[in-house]
Amino acid sequence: MLEPLKIEPTHKTPKVFFDPEQNKFELSGRSIPEDSVGFYKKILDWIDEYGKQANAKTEFKFELEYFNTSSSKNILELLKKLEKIHQDGNEVRISWYYDEDDEDMEETGEDYQALLSVPLDLIMKVV
Amino acid sequence: MTYSYYKNMQLNNIIFVYQGEVTADLVSSILQMMENKLDGDGEDKKIKKKVFNVMVECLQNVYHHLDTLEVTSNDDVNDRTALLMIGKEENDYYVITGNHILNDRVDNVRERLEKVNNCNRDELKSLYQSILNEGSLSEKGTAGLGMIDIARKSGQKLGYDFHPVNEQYSFFSLEAKVSRV
Repeated sequence: MLEPLKIEPTHKTPKVFFDPEQNKFELSGRSIPEDSVGFYKKILDWIDEYGKQANAKTEFKFELEYFNTSSSKNILELLKKLEKIHQDGNEVRISWYYDEDDEDMEETGEDYQALLSVPLDLIMKVV
Repeated sequence: MTYSYYKNMQLNNIIFVYQGEVTADLVSSILQMMENKLDGDGEDKKIKKKVFNVMVECLQNVYHHLDTLEVTSNDDVNDRTALLMIGKEENDYYVITGNHILNDRVDNVRERLEKVNNCNRDELKSLYQSILNEGSLSEKGTAGLGMIDIARKSGQKLGYDFHPVNEQYSFFSLEAKVSRV
């Protein structure tokens, strides 16, 4: 089985916790690096590998506080890779969490929903 | 002298001003400082998030822009420096950035800003989605989404100005506001 990908959060980059064995996939916190391509390369490469041996069911959790527009493009790439895994016949469910007072994060979730065919649930967190 | 600077800043509700070279570390430090300030002021969480988001985009936009400018040593303007300014008025926070841009880029930037300012909320949403989906990332990951994102989160028209400097450069200023009410 693929080695898990775990990256500790910083004040500019999110926590990454992808563990196929526990079947837990989470991207959370803030994503505002100046060089988002550099940061996301490792994540996207990992997902490519995971796609070759994906679990029958993958539940992917996004719980972001902030992200910059340069990350938004990379997050779309990540979501498209998950969509591909879904299209290949695996079950994929994406949860997009946002704070109840954060209409911008809710709207961003809707933006992604509009661009993807993979199921993406918007989940409001009551704070 | 110092007192007049102080009074002037106070009069214009300026919280923060920086003039000089813009590095990635500087942008990070300003963001951290401003985040602490917003927390310390007990600003509403929703407003705080919006202001922080708009600051991130505005400051990183300047950083990316200056990073791609070629340095010309024989210039009388110090073209790699910028102005970064953050203020808090009774009804709005504002973020103002100013930096040199090449004259031949002025029309393109002006057109993009006009387009963004002519869009309503829904139009901004579709414009954002179409650029997100189709636009390609530049090497540094800037996606051409910055201004649209700033306009969406600000919820107000963007202010801008192009001030001719010399044959090569203009000084471009951008102002984004976030309502506090």
